[in-house]
Amino acid sequence: MKYRQARWDEPLIFELTSGKDKETFQLGDDYFAKLGKEALTEVAQNIARKEGPNIPNLSEPEVVRHYTRLTQMSYGIDVGVVPLGSCTMKYNPKICEDLANDDRITYAHPYMSEEYLQGLLEMLYTLQEWLAELTGMDVCSLHPPAGAAGELTGVLIIREYLRDREYTYKDEILVPESAHGTNPASAAMAGFKVVRIPTDERGNTDLNALKAAVSDRTAGIMLTNPSTLGLFEEKITEISDLIHSKGGLLYYDGANLNGILGIARPGDMGFDIVHLNLHKTFAAPHGGGGPGAGAICVKKELADYLPKPLVRKEGSRYYLDYNIRKSIGKITWFYGNIVPAIKSFIYLMMLGPEIREVAEVAVLNTNYFMKKIKELPGVDLIYGRERWRKHEVVISFKDLLRETGVSAEDVAKALLDRGIHAPTIYFPLTVPEAHMVEFTESESKRTIDEVVSAYRDIVRQAYEDPGKLKEAPRNTSVGRLDALRANHPRTLAPTHKYVKRNISG
Amino acid sequence: MPHHWIPNSAKEVKQEMLKETGVDNVEEFFKDIPEKLRLKKKLRVGFGKPLLEHEARRKFLGILSKNKFTGFVNTHRVFLGGGVCVHYIPSVVKAIVSRAEFYTAYTPYQPEINQGILQAFFEYQSLMAELYGVDIVNASMYNASTAAAEAVRMALRVKKGRERVLIASSAHPEIKEVIRTWVKGLNVRLEEIPYRREDGELDISALHAKLGDDVAAVYIESPNFFGIVERKLRDIIEVTHDAGALAIVNANPLSLGIFKAPGELGADIVVGDAQSLGVGLNYGGPSAGILGIQDRRELLRQLPGRLIGMTKTVDGLENGFMMILQTREQHIRRERATSNITTNSGLEAIAAAVYVSLLGAKGLKKLGEALLGRTTYFLGTLRKHCVDAAPLFEKGLYFREVAISFKDRDARDVISQLEKQGIYVGPPLSRFYDAMRDCSLLCLTELHSKDDIDELVSKLALVLGGEAR
Repeated sequence: MKYRQARWDEPLIFELTSGKDKETFQLGDDYFAKLGKEALTEVAQNIARKEGPNIPNLSEPEVVRHYTRLTQMSYGIDVGVVPLGSCTMKYNPKICEDLANDDRITYAHPYMSEEYLQGLLEMLYTLQEWLAELTGMDVCSLHPPAGAAGELTGVLIIREYLRDREYTYKDEILVPESAHGTNPASAAMAGFKVVRIPTDERGNTDLNALKAAVSDRTAGIMLTNPSTLGLFEEKITEISDLIHSKGGLLYYDGANLNGILGIARPGDMGFDIVHLNLHKTFAAPHGGGGPGAGAICVKKELADYLPKPLVRKEGSRYYLDYNIRKSIGKITWFYGNIVPAIKSFIYLMMLGPEIREVAEVAVLNTNYFMKKIKELPGVDLIYGRERWRKHEVVISFKDLLRETGVSAEDVAKALLDRGIHAPTIYFPLTVPEAHMVEFTESESKRTIDEVVSAYRDIVRQAYEDPGKLKEAPRNTSVGRLDALRANHPRTLAPTHKYVKRNISG
Repeated sequence: MPHHWIPNSAKEVKQEMLKETGVDNVEEFFKDIPEKLRLKKKLRVGFGKPLLEHEARRKFLGILSKNKFTGFVNTHRVFLGGGVCVHYIPSVVKAIVSRAEFYTAYTPYQPEINQGILQAFFEYQSLMAELYGVDIVNASMYNASTAAAEAVRMALRVKKGRERVLIASSAHPEIKEVIRTWVKGLNVRLEEIPYRREDGELDISALHAKLGDDVAAVYIESPNFFGIVERKLRDIIEVTHDAGALAIVNANPLSLGIFKAPGELGADIVVGDAQSLGVGLNYGGPSAGILGIQDRRELLRQLPGRLIGMTKTVDGLENGFMMILQTREQHIRRERATSNITTNSGLEAIAAAVYVSLLGAKGLKKLGEALLGRTTYFLGTLRKHCVDAAPLFEKGLYFREVAISFKDRDARDVISQLEKQGIYVGPPLSRFYDAMRDCSLLCLTELHSKDDIDELVSKLALVLGGEAR
């Protein structure tokens, strides 16, 4: 596929001024500004800002054009495929954007009395119920603002639950080595020691290693199932029994739920706590990095530990319940990220009980792709070569690198040149030269075929003319960037001030 | 069942793909899931069946219409405060963040194809750094509360071995609670520093007495939860530094058009919330948390969250942007990462950047003045026309928000009386402090005209039983 991204030589917003101030957008009115100015001189002289911040004064059209040009040098799911593994980059339905941008939500103040926001609360309550049904858990809360915050919530629940039982010697959390980096990071934030569990050849958690690692000190295990290899944990019931027999809890990382949605439920597998990424499985957009929304769901025994508040219903009235006996407290102020949650509510309303179709097609897409891609020279699957995948598949370019010198990164950059966003690369860390590919249910056969043929083309080039691939990408707004320079203390430039400093120094 | 969001759900396509994959049925793919775990029933999700778009719209609007709050048209009578207030969202901001190239993008892991959004984040970092008077701001946290919690955790790492953190008692109660939750699992003692009865500002002598060589950081807000501007911020920071502790200052960004930036006054770590910068209330979230630091190696190494930097192409010919210092982050450092944060508030950060670019230094200054002007006007009018209410701190300098006392009248009662007349005030301070039964917050922004404020005061006077003159 031919692709040429826009290349604007767009200056920084600071450099857009001609030195002369324009009339800027005004929200301050003369009458009150005058009063304020007087007050400032009277009572606040010593803390008044003498020189305004160095922010340019531009007119409205100048600002709009600047940022519009920047959008043209960006790439989202509406532009093309973004097969980032474990990121679940599915289509974000326009109807969700359209409806959730209602100003009755945008301008809803979190301290407004519940009586005035019954409609909004009803949607949040209903979503909590639906998510509990989808996960097989008893109670869901929409409190965590993102997946990682959901994990922190979850491990703190484990911590408080164990402390209540005076199991303070339980200070270890088990994490498979193929887990998302957030799992060990979250466990460590809550004060747990992290014990790594290896993966066996079939791509399952190594059961023998697990048995050896489990002890009285085991507080719990954090698992994503299917794993980051896209493989279902076949011995999940045994793992669950083993951990529970030692008084530990099972934590489910919901980042990979898309492959089993409506097919199997973490609650039925024995998980005690589940976090969900509403911005992945439930179609809220990623916004170039956020905002997300992360529900946290638990079994009955842990409901008293949920963060405050929960949306509850009494008769026909909805309210925020702060009376949660042993609550871990608050992970964020207010109630979580409400707007993405509303988008997920609309998404689920339109799929309803047919939600299983999402997983079926997402999994079909993965396996269809895998079947074709594993035939290419230089490509290997490493783990579970004979097994079907679920939401994603990890391929390794270890052989390609050895035979041609072309790395997983080079292949990724060559994909960009063909108008295809690269998958997640170099993850999981257990797979050398990895590409972790997830199409979700949103990609058409035609797109997947295009990706396969792009890979085929790139691999062929690697064997014929590897040097050429080192020059990729060429069709994007800029060529390959200098990461060394970007991270070097002498050339580091995290804000515009440094750009000037680095040039003059 | 086929669905229009799912291209390959079309029966013929599905069959063709299954055939090429070499299986008869999708069930084949799920056979490694133990039989008893495979769901046999349809789940109770949605309203009985999938809804078509027009059905979903009707259903959604039907439920939302149960809100008595009618949206923007109502906001000139919404005087609710408590860290977030009604502020106008310019159409330009909405238009830019509604561009699908931005909102449907992922984290820019492939910088060459995402230069635009990276530049927007870089500009956000730079604009916030200017506003707060610091060198470095990260690409955003979830909101001010988690930015504050991360700041405290960060300070504890920087000042390793120090086990106390002092928190201004006048800080937002929910932020205090978030900090308490986030440090569970760390060996730390949080202690509060009282405020002065007369002006609501931090009691510096109490701070002095509490400081010691085991204090890692002092956390303070300006304006604080009661709307009080800390006029002695420089002294507070100096005293903190004298004890070898870090000063963390949470400031409202709209106050910084007219008040000195916390960074300029010496703060080591700055915190803020982008809600007032064109992000909207969103019933409390999403917003974006502003987190910035001075350029010191020990701070930068411990800074959590994503950071965008400017660099050059490998051939050295062109400028470009990419994520930097990722070795601090969870996907590389795992259990030794500075934080578990991954998803942040990128789109809200862009909204804040667009907002600040749109107003410029001129617009921000004038808005700051106009906000202070309203607070001043409100207090003046209250003094004249409503003898039964008074600011909680007689000598304090209020900005935007005002803690007000109703002189022994139950604030909840007063608030609900006002609500019945379509005026929203709050939150009542008894929500957070048992002893403040007769107190409430309220907030005055650019969305309130002189008439709106006059009406607020006269209605308040009526409710309190005084004569509205």
